[in-house]
Amino acid sequence: MNDIKVSARDVQVWYADNHAIKDVSVEIEDKTVTAFIGPSGCGKSTFLRCINRMNDTIDICRVEGDILLDGEDIYDPQVDPVQLRAKVGMVFQKPNPFPKSIYDNVAYGPRIHGLASGRSELDAVVEKSLRRAALWDEVKDRLNASGTGLSGGQQQRLCIARAVATEPEVLLMDEPASALDPIATAQIEELIDELREKFAVVIVTHSMQQAARVSQKTAFFHLGNLVEYGETSQIFTNPVDPRTESYITGRIG
Amino acid sequence: MTVNSQSPTSSSQGQAGPRKSRSLLAVDAHTKRRNASEARFQFMGKLAVGIGILALVGLLASILANGLSSFRQTYVTVDIFLDPAKLDKDGSGDLAKIAKVTTFGYKPLIKRAMAAAIAEHGIDDQGLKAKKIAALISPQAPATLRNYVLAHPDQIGKTVAFNLLASGRIDGYFKGRVTMDSAKLDRNISPEQLRLADEMHRVGLLETRFNWAFFTAPDASDTRPEAAGLGVAILGSAYMMIVVLLLALPLGVAASIYLEEFSKQNFLTDLIEVNISNLAAVPSIVFGILGLAVFINFAGLPKSAPIVGGLVLTLMTLPTIIIATRAALKAVPPSIREAALGVGASKMQTVFHHVLPLAMPGILTGAIIGLAQALGESAPLLLIGMVAFVREYPAAPPEGFFDPAAALPVQIYNWTTRGDPAFVERASGAIIVLLAFLLTMNIVAIILRRRFERRW
Repeated sequence: MNDIKVSARDVQVWYADNHAIKDVSVEIEDKTVTAFIGPSGCGKSTFLRCINRMNDTIDICRVEGDILLDGEDIYDPQVDPVQLRAKVGMVFQKPNPFPKSIYDNVAYGPRIHGLASGRSELDAVVEKSLRRAALWDEVKDRLNASGTGLSGGQQQRLCIARAVATEPEVLLMDEPASALDPIATAQIEELIDELREKFAVVIVTHSMQQAARVSQKTAFFHLGNLVEYGETSQIFTNPVDPRTESYITGRIG
Repeated sequence: MTVNSQSPTSSSQGQAGPRKSRSLLAVDAHTKRRNASEARFQFMGKLAVGIGILALVGLLASILANGLSSFRQTYVTVDIFLDPAKLDKDGSGDLAKIAKVTTFGYKPLIKRAMAAAIAEHGIDDQGLKAKKIAALISPQAPATLRNYVLAHPDQIGKTVAFNLLASGRIDGYFKGRVTMDSAKLDRNISPEQLRLADEMHRVGLLETRFNWAFFTAPDASDTRPEAAGLGVAILGSAYMMIVVLLLALPLGVAASIYLEEFSKQNFLTDLIEVNISNLAAVPSIVFGILGLAVFINFAGLPKSAPIVGGLVLTLMTLPTIIIATRAALKAVPPSIREAALGVGASKMQTVFHHVLPLAMPGILTGAIIGLAQALGESAPLLLIGMVAFVREYPAAPPEGFFDPAAALPVQIYNWTTRGDPAFVERASGAIIVLLAFLLTMNIVAIILRRRFERRW
C-alpha cells in the first residue's frame, strides 16, 4: 500500500444555494491512478477542482471541510493557492495550449516559478517534460511552432507536458481524453500509466472502460455523494452499493 | 391486426384519397409565395444599401467639389526692391529701428514693384491705378515682406524675388468662383483687375500652385481668406489626441481589467457598469459644460488650451475604450485563464502574460475608434473656448498644452460662419483633411486587428 497523498474529510461544496458536494471523505494514494466516475452533474469535477483550489476563481463557490496534502490543510488561510497549484498540476477536458510556441507553453510554468536558471537548464526541463508526455519525438524539430497548430491529441499531450514541467506531486486530469479520437485516447491512457511512477494521478472520466483500464482505485460519485471507493477491480466486478452496480451495468446515469 | 392497422390517420387519409406525390419540377403556390417574399426582402435590403451608398457618394462629391480647390493657391511672383529709404532710414541696420516700420511701410514697395513688373513685361495695365494694381496682391503680403526683412536685415537695399499670395478674389477667379459678371457687382474687384490678372497669368507673373500653406499657416482674418491655413488647428488637434491617448488608454484599460478580471460581481460593480454605459450615451456638449465648470472655472486651467480640450475628450472617450476593452477581454476564452491558473500563475500573471496579449487587437481597435471619435468632436470644444481666433502657434509640448490653440472640427465650424465665399472652400478643404485623418486612423485599426488577430 502506497502513502496517502491527499486526504479529504467531510468536504462540502456549495454553488450559492446548490449543495454540490456532500460529506465527501476520501484518501488518495501516492503513485496511484485514482479514477472518479459517476453520471453528469454528480460533482466529480467539482471535487477534483477543490484539490488545487481552482474553485477559488468562482465567486459563488464555497468549500467547507478539510483537504490535506501531505498532512497540510490546503484551505488554511496561510496557503497561497498559487504555490499549491505548482504542486498540484491540472489537465483540462479541452486541450488548452497557450497561443504561443510549443517551447514557451512548456517553459511557462518553470519560468514563473523560477525552477530553471539560464537557457540551457530551461531547455533541459522542456525536453524532459516533453519526453515524459511522449511528445518529444514528434515536436523536437519545431519547438518554435505554435502550440495551437498541433493535432488535438498532441495538444493534450502538450498540456500534460506543461503540467508536469513544474514538477508537481499530484496531477489532476478532468476528462483528459473526452475530446480525442480513440488512437489519441489510447496514447493518453498509456501516458497516464507511465506518469503513475512519479505522481499521484487523479482522473475524472465518463468512460467506465477507461477507468477500468487506467486506474487502480476508483471512486463512484452520485448526486454529490461519494457512494463507493475502493480497488478498481473490486468496484467493477463486485460493487457493494446497489447504486454503483446500477451505474456500471448501465441502468442509471 | 387488420383493425389495428386501420389507425385514425390512415383512415382519414383513405377518405381523402391516396396522397399523390407531387412533381418536384412544378413549384406549388405556397413555395412561390415564400420565394416571392424572400425576393422582396432581398430587394429592400439592396435598396437600403443603395440609398446609403448614394448618400455617401453625394456627400463626398459635394465636399470634394467644394474643397479640393483649397489645396491649390494662386501666387504672384514679383521682384521687390527692399528700399533702404523706407525700411532703414538712417542706414544703421539696427533691428529695433527696422522693426518700427509697420506693414503699412511695406505697401508702397509692393505697389512700386507691381507697376515695374507690369511695365517690364509690357502688359496693358487696363487703365488701372497703381493702388488697384497692388490690390491684386493679398493684404497678407506686406506682413510676409516684413517678416522676411526682420529675418534677413542684410537683404535691405537689394532686390529679392517674392512669391506673394494673390488676393482671394483673384484666386477665386482662377478657380472659377469669381467671374467677370460677379466682379461687376463686387466692390472688392473689378473686371479690369481680372483682365490684368489674365495678362499676368499669360506672361507667368501669376500662377496657381500646390498650397502647402493650407496645412501649415495659421488662421487669418475675414479679409484675407487666401492666407488662412490649418496649421494651428492641426497642431491643437494633435496635442489633444496626445492628451487623450496618454490619459484615456491607461485609465480605460486599467479600469476594464479591474472590472473584468479582478472585481467581485456585486451591487457596486453593477452600478458602475450601468453608469459607464450611460456615460457613453451622454451628449458630448454636456462634457463641454462639465469641462468649463470643472477644468476652467474650478481648477483654473487656461481657456482654449489643448490640455482642457484633451481632458474633456478623455472623459468622453473613456466609456468607449472601457466598453471595447471589456468586450475584448470577455472574448478571450476562459480555458486560457484556467490553463495559466492551472500551472500556478497568479491572477496578475494570468492577465498580463496571457489574457491581455490576446485582447490587445480588440483594445487597440477600440482605442483608435475612440480617438477618431474624439478627433471629430466639436461641441464640447466650443464651450471651453477652442473656437477662439488663434493666430499664434502653440509651443512644443508640454508647455504647448497650455497655450491657446484651435482644433480641426472647430476650425471648420469657424470658417463656415465667415462671410467671404472663399472660406466655404477652405472649410470644405478642412473637412477633407479631417476625413483623411479619420480614414487613416480607421485603416490603422483594421490593420492592427488583422495583424494581431490570433486563433485558439
